[in-house]
Amino acid sequence: MSFITYLINGISLGSVYALIALGYTMVYGIAKMLNFAHGDVIMVGGFTCYTICSTMGMHPLLGILVSVVVCTVLGITIEKIAYKPLRKASSPLAVLITAIGVSYFLQNIALLIFGANAKSFTSVVDMEAVKLADGEIVISGVTIVTIVSCIVIMIALMLFINKTKMGQAMLAVSEDKGAAQLMGINVNGTISLTFAIGSALAAIAGVLLCSAYPSLTPYTGSMPGIKAFVAAVFGGIGSIPGAFIGGILLGVIQIFSQAYINSQMADAIVFAVLIVVLLVKPTGLLGKNIQEKV
Amino acid sequence: MAILEVKNLSISFGGLRAVDDFNITIEKGRLYGLIGPNGAGKTTVFNLLTGVYKPSEGIITLDGQNITGKKTIDINRAGIARTFQNIRLFKELTVLDNVKVGLHNHKQYGTLTGILRLPKFHKTEKAMNQEALELLKVFGLENEADTLASNLPYGKQRKLEIARALATKPKLLLLDEPAAGMNPNETQELMDTIRFVRKHFDMTILLIEHDMKLVSGICEELTVLNFGHVLCQGKTTDVLNNPEVIKAYLGE
Amino acid sequence: MKKTVRSNLITIGIVVIAYIIVQILISTGNISSLMKGLLVPMCVYAIAAVSLNLTVGILGELSLGHAGFMCVGAFSSAFFSKCMKMFVPGMPAGVRFLIAILIGAALAGLFGLLIGIPVLRLKGDYLAIVTLAFGEIIKNIVNILYLGIDENGVHFSMKNSLDLNMENSDNIIINGAQGITGTPNDSNFTVGIILLVVTLLIVLNLIHSRDGRAIMAIRDNTIAAESVGIPVTKYKLMAFSISAALAGVAGVLYAHNLSTLTALPKNFGYNQSIMILVFVVLGGMGNIRGSVIAAVVLTLLPELLRGVVSDSRMLIYAIVLIVIMLFNWAPACLEWREKVAASVKTKLGKKNVSKEVQ
Repeated sequence: MSFITYLINGISLGSVYALIALGYTMVYGIAKMLNFAHGDVIMVGGFTCYTICSTMGMHPLLGILVSVVVCTVLGITIEKIAYKPLRKASSPLAVLITAIGVSYFLQNIALLIFGANAKSFTSVVDMEAVKLADGEIVISGVTIVTIVSCIVIMIALMLFINKTKMGQAMLAVSEDKGAAQLMGINVNGTISLTFAIGSALAAIAGVLLCSAYPSLTPYTGSMPGIKAFVAAVFGGIGSIPGAFIGGILLGVIQIFSQAYINSQMADAIVFAVLIVVLLVKPTGLLGKNIQEKV
Repeated sequence: MAILEVKNLSISFGGLRAVDDFNITIEKGRLYGLIGPNGAGKTTVFNLLTGVYKPSEGIITLDGQNITGKKTIDINRAGIARTFQNIRLFKELTVLDNVKVGLHNHKQYGTLTGILRLPKFHKTEKAMNQEALELLKVFGLENEADTLASNLPYGKQRKLEIARALATKPKLLLLDEPAAGMNPNETQELMDTIRFVRKHFDMTILLIEHDMKLVSGICEELTVLNFGHVLCQGKTTDVLNNPEVIKAYLGE
Repeated sequence: MKKTVRSNLITIGIVVIAYIIVQILISTGNISSLMKGLLVPMCVYAIAAVSLNLTVGILGELSLGHAGFMCVGAFSSAFFSKCMKMFVPGMPAGVRFLIAILIGAALAGLFGLLIGIPVLRLKGDYLAIVTLAFGEIIKNIVNILYLGIDENGVHFSMKNSLDLNMENSDNIIINGAQGITGTPNDSNFTVGIILLVVTLLIVLNLIHSRDGRAIMAIRDNTIAAESVGIPVTKYKLMAFSISAALAGVAGVLYAHNLSTLTALPKNFGYNQSIMILVFVVLGGMGNIRGSVIAAVVLTLLPELLRGVVSDSRMLIYAIVLIVIMLFNWAPACLEWREKVAASVKTKLGKKNVSKEVQ
């Protein structure tokens, strides 16, 4: 019975990874850059919600709404100021290092405002735990809400990308910026939109992550950010279903390793699985293979 | 004596047979042309000869040695060097170093010799510089020896690529559209250079080219490729007057 | 040829002169204890940056796991030195440290080779994430490693220190997350500078040799390199494992500068790898001298800022980093810089002309 509990917890953690990974993968697909600051946007989302709910005592829904708005604006601003000028830089490393700079920046702003001590985050979910099989399986409210919201967001995102003009524009820009521009697509606007969506998802992920694991510090987003990045690569970076599958699998693998192997080795096992996957299929589970033409 | 002998060479990509039953025999010292419309499979033949692609069928023999299915580096060591349609130089290296990379397998010393700067390092490097400079002189590049390859004008980049290929001391030199992007004057100069290389190095050359003036000017024999098949093969004048060939180029 | 020799001499000259200046400052008492404490770390980071530049700048592959190789070098050498201190107390410190360096370098290099064989087939961002993963795995494993030696032989566990079944807990050498305590303090600034100079000589001489040319040829155009007979895999592995071995040396220097060595996210995690990458990119990819300067300046910067703005120093560091990247890499900014440089030139030129007329 504990197996099922672990599985559900794994899917729940994986849902958070999936939400973050979606942002990673969309930004990678469209801007071809590893946004190392993405994890820290999660942290900003968490702190915004904390400020609204715990410090100011407002309703959790308002907290979520404000953090989504704050992160969306933040994501667009970061792209405009720090990444856009480097879009045509001669080395792709330039924007990578700048993203690292942005990551330090966000962490240290949070450090100045909130200090280094962990804040205890009050869960935004006020729902009774569900007991199944005569109380042998207990699923917390946060777990259910996390999984459900991830699935809803995932479906909405797929519909948006496949059914709307803006979504199609995103696909076009990620395929070929120059050609998209010639077809009259507003490339800059589309990239901004991608960052906006990615950051909004990060805000939701941040609130859900902190509700499940209530300790909030300026470095809270760092490791989940890296894990989500791993999930995105795992599923095939640039692929939206890939990010979803990668995230869920990663969460399940992590919880199972903690439960059945060694809790200290969980991260190592997650990374080891990534390595094996990439060595067998170098572009990830659902990635496309592109070969250089001679 | 034949330097290159290719029999029944074929390759498929998915369902497409990009090169089908390709045969060619090139005698030593010959200047041989491979022509055909765009997409006929000419560069694919080069990629098959140099091991970039593995053939699905066929045998490639270089100077009596079977090189079918070998890796690119082994084929280079066996004696085939090439240039590329879209120039591929070592852009951040100097002109001299580009040629010295070509000498890699001919003038050797170990890693430790290099790191510890043992006498053999200085001796070999000196010999390399000398040999590389001589090659550069052939192409009139000796004054640009210390320039970065990416800073060379286009025509000189093409020449440097040939110099680098020759540095590997090949038995057969493959040139993929050497005159692409050149003006008539540069093309004329290139023809002289190719003739000189053939004579000076006693080289066998197979080249892909669209410029008919160059082809008819320097190639002794031609093979025409169309849709992956050999359309016609033989002496340049005969081939160029073949009605099939004219049809393939100009349409019905 | 001569130009490169001169450039290499300048690089090494800068290091030697910096060393002499610091020694003078120390002997005249003009250096704070805080600064003194930074001298060895500066050498550590400079060596790490130079070695990473071999992978990133010269080989042209992005690695985010460099701290993992430092970790291997640090722990293997600290393990050796502590064993020697416990069981062969008579061994001279110099000999012990020299062997420790060789062990650290060899083991880190071996890890580089073993990791490089499967991993170097991948490209770009995929290689980056896999190297990051390997770095994290190494750090993770070190944290659950328990190893002790007593009269009954070697005890080993990956669970906890009790699992070692040892009577005397003083004989535990590697104690899981608590790491290695009591490594002899064999590192100092002079040793650090010597190791930095040796690293520079190895890397610079390698770059300007037959092998270095082959490595850079692979970076510039792998397909062309293959076409002229360069064994690509061999040279990729060579560059990667030499880079790892030298990172191991940085780890040895780091380990012997501390009384307690632990593998934390901040010293051997991906954050550290990224930090070293920042040194390399800011110093200029492929520019070895730049790596040394960037490592030293960026190690000093937060400490120098400590006196001015202690609370927000890391914030300022972050802003400086972003601004430098934009200034050095943004095409619009580069254009603007060229324009300014040109206008300054013409202004100066005009002045000269007008002088001549007068």
